[in-house]
Amino acid sequence: MLVYYLDLAVRSLRRNRVLTVLMVLALALGIGASITTLTVLRLLSGDPLPQKSARLFYPQLDPSPKNSAIDSNGRLPRTMGYVDAMNLLHAHRATRQAVMALTQAKIMPPQAHAHPFFSDGVMTTADFFAMFDAGFQYGSGWSATDDEGGSQVVVIASFLNDKLFDGADSVGRMVRLNDHDFRVVGVLKPWAPQPRFYTLGLGGDHYGDGDAVFLPLKAARALKMGPQDTECYQAVDDFTHLETAPCQWLGLWVELDDSSAVASYRRFLDGYVKEQVALGRFQRTDSSLLDLMGWLRDQHVVPDDVRLQVYLAFGFLLICVVNTVGLLLAKCLRRSQEIGVRRALGATRREIFVQFMVEASIVGLAGGALGLAFAELGLFGIRHQPAQYAHLAHLDPAMFAFTFVVALVASLIAGLLPAWRACLLAPAPQLKAM
Amino acid sequence: MDILPILATLRRHKVTATLLILQIALTCAIVCNAVFLITQRLHRMDMPSGVAEHELVHLRLADIGRRDDEKARTAEDLALLRQIPGVTEVASVNQVPFGNSSNNSGIKLDPKQSQSTLNMTTYFGENLAQAFGVQLVSGRMLQPDDYMDFDAVVHAAQAGDLKHLPSVIVITQALAERLWPGQSALGKQIYLGSEVPLRVVGVVRGLVRPSIWDDAMAQYTGILPVRVFDGNYILRTAPGERDRVLKAAIAALKKSDPHRVVIAQHIWDDMRSDFFRQDRAMAVLLVGVCIALLVVTALGIVGLGSFWVAQRRRQIGVRRALGATRANILHYFQTENFLLATIGIGLGMVLAYGINLFLMQHYELPRLPAIYFPVGAVALWLIGQVAVLGPALRAAAVPPVVATRSV
Repeated sequence: MLVYYLDLAVRSLRRNRVLTVLMVLALALGIGASITTLTVLRLLSGDPLPQKSARLFYPQLDPSPKNSAIDSNGRLPRTMGYVDAMNLLHAHRATRQAVMALTQAKIMPPQAHAHPFFSDGVMTTADFFAMFDAGFQYGSGWSATDDEGGSQVVVIASFLNDKLFDGADSVGRMVRLNDHDFRVVGVLKPWAPQPRFYTLGLGGDHYGDGDAVFLPLKAARALKMGPQDTECYQAVDDFTHLETAPCQWLGLWVELDDSSAVASYRRFLDGYVKEQVALGRFQRTDSSLLDLMGWLRDQHVVPDDVRLQVYLAFGFLLICVVNTVGLLLAKCLRRSQEIGVRRALGATRREIFVQFMVEASIVGLAGGALGLAFAELGLFGIRHQPAQYAHLAHLDPAMFAFTFVVALVASLIAGLLPAWRACLLAPAPQLKAM
Repeated sequence: MDILPILATLRRHKVTATLLILQIALTCAIVCNAVFLITQRLHRMDMPSGVAEHELVHLRLADIGRRDDEKARTAEDLALLRQIPGVTEVASVNQVPFGNSSNNSGIKLDPKQSQSTLNMTTYFGENLAQAFGVQLVSGRMLQPDDYMDFDAVVHAAQAGDLKHLPSVIVITQALAERLWPGQSALGKQIYLGSEVPLRVVGVVRGLVRPSIWDDAMAQYTGILPVRVFDGNYILRTAPGERDRVLKAAIAALKKSDPHRVVIAQHIWDDMRSDFFRQDRAMAVLLVGVCIALLVVTALGIVGLGSFWVAQRRRQIGVRRALGATRANILHYFQTENFLLATIGIGLGMVLAYGINLFLMQHYELPRLPAIYFPVGAVALWLIGQVAVLGPALRAAAVPPVVATRSV
């Protein structure tokens, strides 16, 4: 029976070719636009470390005095000062913990006549790699002893290893960073979580390639490598001794395994802040411990423009669906006589209904297929847009499937009303009119 | 034209007519808001910078090794750059308008205030105003003997030695107007942070911030008499000379020391277009969506119109046979479309206002200006009329003899 309906549908659609093309095109445009913007939204609001994000937390506290010059609108500072970050790090109250700041590292390639270049770097502590699931291609991270001793060691990204050492095992070799030799202890596998959650508040890009070099914080600071972003709550003139300045420039991440660990860390953080107030270092007792996804939301990591585009696209899809409903309905009303004949010859209402729904789904599937092409075109356009995330915009299989679901649902909704109307038509008056 | 028969007919096509009205309403609402967003973006992209935009070249260099002779090096560089034919002014600066990286500071009108009055950006660099081509409105520009070296200023600030800190500042008109509305800013005092008093000696027409997080504060700028030595250079030249000057400048600097990295090099116009590229991309996208929406809606009207004409062939034939002229038939369909469009537009305006309210709440957009409503209405009426013309003409061409045929 379905084959017969398909045949009927195709005949009917071919009878009004222009109109069919119009319906499919409108639906495809709406679907294409929706899928394009949804893909971008999903990409931007995605979970950077799905297997781990629920266990990663970002503590915040506020060392600024009550009459601080910074107007924070009641929000906690995004970063921490050195003293607090180190106190919390050394307390070892979490399974793993690491502090970090971003820096620009000047890299001198080993090849003769090669030009030096600047790369993004992270100044951090030993747990960074294990905590963020950054796997190693060669070697490993450094130890807590290296952190304390200020060892000049470095972990490099695989793309930098390709560039400097042609992808060979470079553990033990030297990299010249800011005119000092650092010994390579590890080479990461390609690792670039999107969004780059750990750079939020540290002054880096939110999306894009990962960092090139990872250095022990103490060693990097000993060589006067500065953080990308510094916020001071009192006037400061000396930016070289940030460790003692009233400035915030470090992010602290902790790994907590279960809710009891989270609760106990919260108590610890609260206790720490109260203790600092008692010591006279702090005047404010606010603190917060957001999980990774909560921190992303808190930092509004998805640009407003992207949300606007999604609303716009769905508005567009809505108009396209309304358009298709109208056209399908008009088309079906013109065929009342055909329906009358079929009903008179014994077709049930159900059969008429199915026949029209089949016709609508054909329009929907065609719209979906074409919409997919439009989405690919749209994403191609996005990739050529000036945004940090541009080159990441690709249609993934889930979105691919979603396209067809959206198309089918849209067209079935579009077909529902005409099909309903068609199956309600009484056959007799239609036959009479013939 | 008689409207009642049209309404009577439409009552028999309630669902299709409603769908068409709905489509027109949605289109009207979205297009009004999208066009408003486009004008907002275009307006933002036109933000005045206060500098001689088409005459500037920007260069930023970094040394490979650590050097301790930045001052001598900077003097040498500036001398080299000044010698390039066509260069009229050069300056070593700390930041560049629309350059994204910026130095900012809270300022106070009274040192005892606990909160800053506002946050302004601070430009440093000898000859900066002249090199940027900033226009003086009142007072004077900073003079060479106002200037102090950056490192000396840092030391003085650490020691709390006010004598060796800058004591004068040039600010923008916008900042002056914000701090002392309706008064002359000249001779007035502001405090940088809470301790450094600065006397306003000059007011310039404008100088935009390097990074803007609030458009209303884009022009809150002060120029301080501090010399900087960061390898961040601005060259001023004739518009047509810029490419050549940029190449010559890089060649000259590299020749003096091949171990230097050029971090950034721009014709300044490119900095503006880079700064606003996100806005431009969004505007282009919105234009695309508007066009697509209008086309879809127009095609929808054509499609539905054609159906109605085909469906009513016999009625049209009967009317023609009873004496209606072709013009009557044509006008019938045109009026019908006009009626539907009007209802749709009315509904669309309410919807447009609602969407605007939503956007105002969530995205800090201003209110939709009233002018959008009549303009939007006229646009949709026109599109409706153009779209229905084809089907209406086909209807007018139906011969009276159709009335006598059965199908």
